[in-house]
Amino acid sequence: MSMESSLNSCSTRLVTVDQLVDVARECLNQQMRFLMAWHDWEDQECVVRYLLSQKGNAEFVLLEVRGTDTLPSLAAVVPLLGWYEREMHDLGGLEFSGHPEPFPLIIHEGFSISPPPLGRTTADDHLQGHLQGSYEPPSMPEVQSDQVQDLYWGPVRADVVETGEFHYSYIGEAILHYHPRLFFKHRGMEARFAGQDAARSVYLAERVSGVGSACHALAYCQAVENAWGIEVPLRAQLLRVIIVELERLYNHFHYFGQLAKTTTLKVGAATGFLMEERVKQLAGQLTGSRYLRSLLCVGGLRRDLSAEHLASALEGIIDEGEAYLHRLHQTATHLDRLMGTGILSREAAFDQGATGPVARASGLDRDLRRDHPYAAYHKLRFNVPVREKGDAMARSEVRAESLREALALLVQASGRLKAGPVQAEYAPPPGEQQGLGWAETPRGTLMYAVRIRDGRLQRVKIKSPSFSNWRVFPLTVHGTNMMDYAINEASFGLTIAGCDR
Amino acid sequence: MPLWTWTGLKAGKAATRWPHSGSDGQQGVLGMPRLDIDKCRSGCDLCVNSCPTQAIHQIEAEPVIDYGRCIVCQRCVEECPEGAMQSSYDWAFGVRQRSDLTWSSALESHEAEHLRKRIASSQRRSLHIRHVDAGSCNACEAEISALDNPFYNLHRLGIFFTPSPRFADLLMVTGPVTAPMHDVLLATWEAMPEPRSVIATGTCAVSGAPMDGGYAGGSGVEKILPVDIWLPGCPPNPAALIHALLLLLERMPQRVSGGQYAE
Repeated sequence: MSMESSLNSCSTRLVTVDQLVDVARECLNQQMRFLMAWHDWEDQECVVRYLLSQKGNAEFVLLEVRGTDTLPSLAAVVPLLGWYEREMHDLGGLEFSGHPEPFPLIIHEGFSISPPPLGRTTADDHLQGHLQGSYEPPSMPEVQSDQVQDLYWGPVRADVVETGEFHYSYIGEAILHYHPRLFFKHRGMEARFAGQDAARSVYLAERVSGVGSACHALAYCQAVENAWGIEVPLRAQLLRVIIVELERLYNHFHYFGQLAKTTTLKVGAATGFLMEERVKQLAGQLTGSRYLRSLLCVGGLRRDLSAEHLASALEGIIDEGEAYLHRLHQTATHLDRLMGTGILSREAAFDQGATGPVARASGLDRDLRRDHPYAAYHKLRFNVPVREKGDAMARSEVRAESLREALALLVQASGRLKAGPVQAEYAPPPGEQQGLGWAETPRGTLMYAVRIRDGRLQRVKIKSPSFSNWRVFPLTVHGTNMMDYAINEASFGLTIAGCDR
Repeated sequence: MPLWTWTGLKAGKAATRWPHSGSDGQQGVLGMPRLDIDKCRSGCDLCVNSCPTQAIHQIEAEPVIDYGRCIVCQRCVEECPEGAMQSSYDWAFGVRQRSDLTWSSALESHEAEHLRKRIASSQRRSLHIRHVDAGSCNACEAEISALDNPFYNLHRLGIFFTPSPRFADLLMVTGPVTAPMHDVLLATWEAMPEPRSVIATGTCAVSGAPMDGGYAGGSGVEKILPVDIWLPGCPPNPAALIHALLLLLERMPQRVSGGQYAE
C-alpha cells in the first residue's frame, strides 16, 4: 500500500475530484452501496472518505479524495450522502458544489461557531470556540396556500421524549409535507474523542446513545482493536455477543411496548414495557449495569461474567415474550393500524440509506452480523428476517423475528462459553494507525472510524443507525395523515441522541 | 382476537410496593464508588488519574470526590491498589444541596430552609412533572420512561407526567444543556406556575460531566435554573429517581450528606 496507514477490511481507491461523480455512478452500477462519508485533516491535508459495501463480499470499498476541501456534491447521484455532506459543511467547513439541499443541518439557523469545530486545525484547537446563537425557525422552501396550516411541534413535546422539532404542513388530516428539525442535542461527540487516550475512551462511546451503549462500546473497541491488530480471546467474543444481544432484546421489547401504546393497546403497551424492565433487571444482575455499561474495553472485557446459566434465567422471558408477540399478532385492531401505514419502497430505502429493521422490512437483505461478521457471530447460527412490503406491519414483523433470534442467540452463545481469558494483552503501538469497527445495533448499521497517533485519538467518525433512518423517515410521512403519524414513527424505532451526537 | 383485559387481569399485579416494602428492582446494579479513607495510601493519585470526568481531586494528599461528576464507570475502583475505592450499591444520591455531593471528612450541618419546606409541604401529596431533554444520551429518558412501566408504576405514589408546563409542579431536566436548548429550557421553566421545583437529573445535568468542555455540550443546569434536588447517576436508575422525587416531597429522607452515604 502506498499510504502510511490504511483502514482494515477495506480495499482503498484514491479518486481525484474530477473523477468522483463518475466513480460514484460506476460503484452504484456494480451494486455497491454507500454507507457513510466523513472528512479528516491529516497534517493540514483535507481527506474525504466514502465507505461502501459490496454485494456478497465481506470487504468494504473505500474511496478517498485527498488535497481539497471543495468537492462536487454526490447528493444528486447518491441521495443518502446529502446529510453527510451537509454535516461536513457545518462542522468541517468543507464545500460541496451543486448540493440540492444547501441548508444547515447540525448548526441551526440562528447559531454559529467559529472556527468550524472539525475544521483545519490541530487536535488541541478543538476545544476552542463555542456554539452560540438563539432560536430561529428552520429555513425551508415554504408550502403556501390559504388552506394549508403549519404546525411546529416541539422542541419540547408531550410525554417523556427526546428533543426535536417537527414541522407539519397539512390540510385537515392530510400531511402535505413534514420536516423534522433535529440536532438540538448535538454535543460534539466526535470532537470530544480528539486528543483522548484511545484505550480509555470507551466511556464516551457508551454515552453517544444510551439505549445503544453496548453496541457503541463494541464498535468503538473493534475499531481500535483493528487499528492496533489486537486479537480478542474467544470467551470475551462470546460474552460480547451476549451483552449486545441483551441490548437488542430490551430495545425490541421497548419497541413493541411503544408501538402498542400508539395503537392504544394499553395492556399490550404495559406488557412490552414490563418485559423490557425484566431484561434490564437481568442485565443489572449479570453485569452491574442496566445499560450494560462499563464492561467492554479495548482487548476484551474489563471483567469476566458468569453467564453460563443465562439460558435458565431467560426461560420465563422466552415463554412470555413468545406469548406476547403471538397475542399482538392476533390483535386485529393493532394490525389494522400497521398494515399499509408509512410505506417505504425498496428503491427509496436503498437510495436514502435506510438501515436495520427498516431496510430489511423494505426488502434489503443486509445484516452486518452475517455480511461482515465480528465478535463471535461467525460461530453462531441465526436468521436474518426480511419482508418486502415496507409498511409499519413489515417493520414490526422484522423486529418480532429479530427479537426471537436475539433470544436464540443468547441461549446459543451462553451454551458455548468455555473458561478462558477475557482480555488480550497488548501495548499501544507508536506511530499512526487507522481502524474501522462496526456493529449491527437493534436499529441497524453502526460504524466507528478512528485515526490514532501515538495512542491518542486524532479523529473519530461515528455513523449511527438513527442518523440514517431519520433521513429516510420523512419520506414515509409526506402525503399520509396525522392519525397515522405516531404509529409510523413508533414503527421506525428511532433515537435522537444517536442521530444528533 | 385475544382478550387483552383478561390477559392483563390474569397477569396480576406487577408493581413493586417499594419503598414501603418489596424489591426496588436494582439487584446487582452498581452505584457510586465508596471511599474508605482509612485504607487510602497518602500521596497516591491513581484514582485521580483514572477518573475520565475529573470527579476526584487530591487535597492535602487525600482524595476528594465530587459525586456530581461521577458517571459510575468503576474505573477508580479497578485502579486503587489499596481497596480504598470500593464498588457499592449506593445509587440513591438525590440531595438538596449541591455541596452534599462532595466527599468531605467532616460532616457539615446545613441550615434549615423553613420557607422552602413550607412550599414543599403544600405539594407533598401529588406531583405533576414536566420533563425536558436538554441534550442527554437518552439513557436518562429511558429510565424516566421506565417509571411508568408496571413494575415501578409511578401513579401509585400520586406522581404523574404532564404534557404542558402550565400544569407542572416540577421540571426534570436531563442532559448537559446544549446551546440550542438553553432558551428552550428557560422558556419551559417560565411557563410553569409557582411554586415550581427543578430536579437536575443525571450526572450531566448536575455538572455537565462528561459532556462539559468542548464546543457543544454545556455544564449542567446549575447556572441556569434554581435546582431543588441534585441527582447524579449515569443514568440514575428508576429507584433512584423515585427516591429523589420522594425526597423532594419530603416523603423519604436524604441518604447522602457530605459526600457520604448513610445506610
